Amino acid sequence: MDFLTLFVVVPVLTIIGIVFTKNMKQTRLVSAVGMSIQLVLAVALVFMYLAERKAGNAAEMLFSHSYVWFESLNINYIVGVDGISVAMILLTGIVVLTGVFASWKVDFLPREFFISLIFLSSGVFGFFISLDLFTMFLFYEVAVIPMYLLIGIWGTGPKEYSAMKLTLMLMGASALLLVGILGIYFNSNAGGGELTFNIMEIAKVKIPMDAQRMFFPMTFVGFGVLGALFPFHTWSPDGHASAPTAVSMLHAGVLMKLGGYGAFRVAMFLLPDAAQEMAWIFLILTSISVVYGAFGAIFQKDLKYINAYSSVSHCGLVLFAILMMNKAALNGAILQMISHGLMTALFFALIGMIYGRTHTRMIDQLGGLMKVMPILSVSYVIAGLANLGLPGLSGFVAEMTIFFGAFQHPDLFHRILTITAAASIVITAVYILRVVGQILYGPITNEHFLKLDDAHWYERVSTGVLIFAIAGIGLAPLWLSDMINDSLNPIVNQLMQAIVK
Amino acid sequence: MNLESFLLMRHEIMLTIALLIILIAELSTENKKSIINLSIILMLITTIVGFFPVPEGTLFGGMYQTSHMTVLMKNILNIGTLILFLQVAEWIKQPQYSNKVSEFFLLILSTLIGMNFMISSGHFLMFYIGLELATIPIAALAAYDRAKNISAEAGIKLILSSALSSGIMLYGLSVLYGTIGSLYFPEMSTAFMNTPLHTLGFIFFFAGMGFKISLVPFHLWTADVYEGAPINVSSYLSVISKGAAVFILTIVLYTVFHSIAPMWKNLLYVMAILTMTIGNLFALRQKNLKRFLAFSSIAQAGFILLGIIDGSVMGMASVLYFVLIYIFTNLGAFGVVSAISVATGKENMDDYNGLYKTNPNLSLLMMLSLFSLAGIPPVAGFFGKFFLFASAANSGYYWLVFIAVINATISLYYYLLIVKAMFINNSENPIAYFKSGLTTRIGLLMCMVGIFAIGLYSPLYEFIRMFSIGM
Repeated sequence: MDFLTLFVVVPVLTIIGIVFTKNMKQTRLVSAVGMSIQLVLAVALVFMYLAERKAGNAAEMLFSHSYVWFESLNINYIVGVDGISVAMILLTGIVVLTGVFASWKVDFLPREFFISLIFLSSGVFGFFISLDLFTMFLFYEVAVIPMYLLIGIWGTGPKEYSAMKLTLMLMGASALLLVGILGIYFNSNAGGGELTFNIMEIAKVKIPMDAQRMFFPMTFVGFGVLGALFPFHTWSPDGHASAPTAVSMLHAGVLMKLGGYGAFRVAMFLLPDAAQEMAWIFLILTSISVVYGAFGAIFQKDLKYINAYSSVSHCGLVLFAILMMNKAALNGAILQMISHGLMTALFFALIGMIYGRTHTRMIDQLGGLMKVMPILSVSYVIAGLANLGLPGLSGFVAEMTIFFGAFQHPDLFHRILTITAAASIVITAVYILRVVGQILYGPITNEHFLKLDDAHWYERVSTGVLIFAIAGIGLAPLWLSDMINDSLNPIVNQLMQAIVK
Repeated sequence: MNLESFLLMRHEIMLTIALLIILIAELSTENKKSIINLSIILMLITTIVGFFPVPEGTLFGGMYQTSHMTVLMKNILNIGTLILFLQVAEWIKQPQYSNKVSEFFLLILSTLIGMNFMISSGHFLMFYIGLELATIPIAALAAYDRAKNISAEAGIKLILSSALSSGIMLYGLSVLYGTIGSLYFPEMSTAFMNTPLHTLGFIFFFAGMGFKISLVPFHLWTADVYEGAPINVSSYLSVISKGAAVFILTIVLYTVFHSIAPMWKNLLYVMAILTMTIGNLFALRQKNLKRFLAFSSIAQAGFILLGIIDGSVMGMASVLYFVLIYIFTNLGAFGVVSAISVATGKENMDDYNGLYKTNPNLSLLMMLSLFSLAGIPPVAGFFGKFFLFASAANSGYYWLVFIAVINATISLYYYLLIVKAMFINNSENPIAYFKSGLTTRIGLLMCMVGIFAIGLYSPLYEFIRMFSIGM
């Protein structure tokens, strides 16, 4: 077995382990151990990757392995990673582990909860290591469906409605995606070769233009729905608000990144000509996402809704940057995915912890939390500052790079959109500071709050790891952006060739 | 003609022997339990023997033909029937059926023989005899609960609509016979031309087949019959009977009517969309699980058309593969409904509220079956659907695929409603824990294994593809 497949095998083994546990303590212990191993593997992968690159291995995909699956259809199980996937795997490893710690006290059907959560994560890991469209699509669906149970059973508020809405919208998106993938597959012999699902092979083929025009919008929107592309973002606020803490973390932190990553790896990379031609439509839509999400967040009263709309805005920015199609913007897009993944996970974790103590998420009912739970409150401030792009934290690096890249387009259209999108930073500051001021400072609104305790050890682990990662990227972003940068060349070349023609 | 060449008909002969043994056993014993066990064992032997290699060849001057492909189809049907027999045992032990246990098995076996002949036919007369043999006993089975009005009504409905569809089909065949002068498949396929009269004959024939597969607009009998008939009979109708009809339709379209492929492709295109959409829209509103599964099976038939429409080896392989998966999946779902119905008599969706807390294993199997029906990985339904869609895309029908996947999403909604009932909804009065009998559990376990293994184990697909034919 190759190293990368371990990322799918470890979760599966963990699930099998959980099946045999007897009570909540054993269950969460097994989950924590399994996901710690997963994080260690992810960190090891980063070091192995960097060592390989240092040793001069210039292959596009490292640690690549291919196993024949359905031979007559040329479906293979192909794994391989470049700097971008390595970064995403590291992100997923961190968020899943912290998610397990954040759900330390789930006492209603704990086994089922952790099985669904880890099953979901196996789908995400599988998605990031796959280089075959079929396998990738399979893992994509594996990652979506446990969501229904996770939100439906362990959620809060209108959970059944939200769970159904989320599942159906994402599955509807996969309808577009499936057609897109089949379209790419049946045109992958345009260069005279045989039909293939292998992404790296298809990239060498120039798919006929009319097919590209048909399938680019399908694949891009298919993935875009998961990345909260306007007007298909409506599942996201409801879904995030109703989901239990760890699920919100994983969903906003990692699952929405599947959308950005897929749009980039499949839609843009394999169909570059149509991407050049049609980018303007989606640029307008993503700009709307960015601004609309930010405005939406201002008007919300529920902490989770605020953060969910903020996620719409930030994930919109990812797609926006991808569509700018130059190296700096793409680099920023990947950095933004990671940075947003970490800080939104931190946000949702903290909201979950605050909610668990105060039993309310309404900002007008909260106040003065800094006095009763200083650790959680300080963490919340850090998350907020990262979110609004304070230098020294990850958000700043990402957004800076994106707007730097976006501004390289000299024409009026791109300039206007860039300025519009950049304006969202100001709006972000408004809602973040308003919330921080309201719930953390000021008088304590409810005497009952005085009896509450601060973070327990498992909550400190959860938030500590995330803060460490956010600050780490903010203070030393270069290793990460270098790692991503090298891997961007193939796709940038693809897109440049498309312009030349 | 010698004795050895008779062995080409091994599947039919084995089934006939099994049938006769059960008939004799019924005369000689009063013990109903032993008849059930005997039937299961005989079916097991038949299934196993079916897998021994058989040479290809024809009999009766081309009336009967057998090839690796037809053997494969018969084996698939045998496996399905075996699982059904296992699931049936507990239901049929109930006292109200004590005087007609063997009838059930006899009738099922005779329909299976009919289907086998249908699949192997090389002549429309043989085809027609097989069809009738496969249809009339099912009508008797639908009325198996004859003390209940609803079951008797189902039997009458089935026999009347079958008679009508057979009549229409015969009319079409007689038109073809009148113009071509032969009913042998090979001769017809060469003489068949794209003339209005031939097309008319074909359409009548196709309408008859549409009844059997319950394609829209010929589906109206389905829901009533499924609801009225005993649950295991509905299960047989929706899985084995439908599967056989799909097989034979595919064979006939590919071998006899391939010269008018563009025409029947258009026909299938429209019918696929209608069948999927209407089946789904009606399924949305059902509260009775039998009716619900009936409409869901109509929708599934629409998906199957996407494989047939391609007309290539890939298309047929995906149809066979999907039917194999569908057998395990739908028998899993029906098996759970049946087990619960036998234990508690409850058949409505609301009754399933809170089922997971009391009967976790049944709920899990039901959920996996439903996910497989909806086409969610990693269970087998995903692979089956993906390959069906890929076949349609192979012919360039991308919009058809799109509509189909949207329909799959709609179907996910109503499948999730049951998942929701079992896992999320609370109930003050949930179905209490019960333990099913050994045979039921073996039957359900086989479904469970099939649902997981068939998709992930790719050599099976390659094996099916090896024996598939294209136009």
